[in-house]
Amino acid sequence: MPGQVVTITSGKGGVGKTTATANLGVALARRGVRVACLDADIGLRNLDVVLGLENRIVYDLVDVVEGRAKLRQALIKDKRLPELQLLPAAQKRDKTAVTDKQMIKLCDDLRKEFDFVLIDSPAGIEGGFKYSVAPSDQVVVVVTPEVSSVRDADRVIGLVEAMEKPAPRLIINRMRAAMVKRGEMLATADVLEILSIELLGIVPEDEAIITSTNKGHPVALEDHSPAGSAFTRIARRMMGEDVPFQVLDDTNGLLDRFSRLLRR
Amino acid sequence: MNFLDRIFGRSSKSASAAKERLQFVLAHDRSDISPETLDILKDEIVKVISKHVEIDLEQVEVTVSRSGAIHRLVANIPVLNTRPPRSPQRQAPHPPSRQARAARTKT
Repeated sequence: MPGQVVTITSGKGGVGKTTATANLGVALARRGVRVACLDADIGLRNLDVVLGLENRIVYDLVDVVEGRAKLRQALIKDKRLPELQLLPAAQKRDKTAVTDKQMIKLCDDLRKEFDFVLIDSPAGIEGGFKYSVAPSDQVVVVVTPEVSSVRDADRVIGLVEAMEKPAPRLIINRMRAAMVKRGEMLATADVLEILSIELLGIVPEDEAIITSTNKGHPVALEDHSPAGSAFTRIARRMMGEDVPFQVLDDTNGLLDRFSRLLRR
Repeated sequence: MNFLDRIFGRSSKSASAAKERLQFVLAHDRSDISPETLDILKDEIVKVISKHVEIDLEQVEVTVSRSGAIHRLVANIPVLNTRPPRSPQRQAPHPPSRQARAARTKT
């Protein structure tokens, strides 16, 4: 069966596309499926450092597209996970170095060897976004529960639909349950209602993301962090498993029960 | 309101403000119908309606109106004759058709 090409995008920068791509790649590979992570942010590559593979780059995506290197030479195997490989972006080129057609051809080649091809899209809605979405079978939009991020996500969802792709699914990242409970952060239901889109997963705000990125050791490599296990649940959903959503902003916490008791 | 909110006298719910503002701004963002799209819409509406009734092509107006978060496509299409235009080119000049309508009212 040919692999699935999944593009992770957002419109707005800094909402966690690269973190999501790295951790979903790790989580999928840990479950035994073959994964290629493709950094499409030409000129501003970062997926390599988030994955901790920056010292092993020889060739990049543009080298492959322009015929200087074979795909096999450019793909970096992750020594921690035999099923995970990275195709890094070129750092000294720009987004005009690659066309939609070249990306489609590249992904067709990757589909033959991998079960999942995860494309880390650059921020924005220009050329880089378009060549990242052009080859995809599914699009995942990452959003944080903030007005600017949700607004940009809406724009991106419209553009993906205009490209005649299937309806994208949503990851809500950096959710802070305590703030939602206080009514000071958009809840999952609010974001879904505003964007009218299917939910793929919710990832809590987690300091472990910062420390793990410092070390180039994605949280999803282990099971103990809240964000890591959230990414693992999303990976299982991507593999077709029916995994219930962990509602991070429900009102059944100890404090709520306590306050309800007092109100009686 | 939450029990803690009552103690601290907090009433500003920024999440609901965020939701309202987003709904408003997105309604605006999503309603971007370009003048070109409006022209195409107008041409196609005219074509469809002209198959069945004769309309005053000079007076046709297609616009977008906005009230709050709701956007409406408004088409103002004066009908000259409730029967389909007889001429194959469907573009009968106005004076004859007005006469035709007058003639019809007389009968």
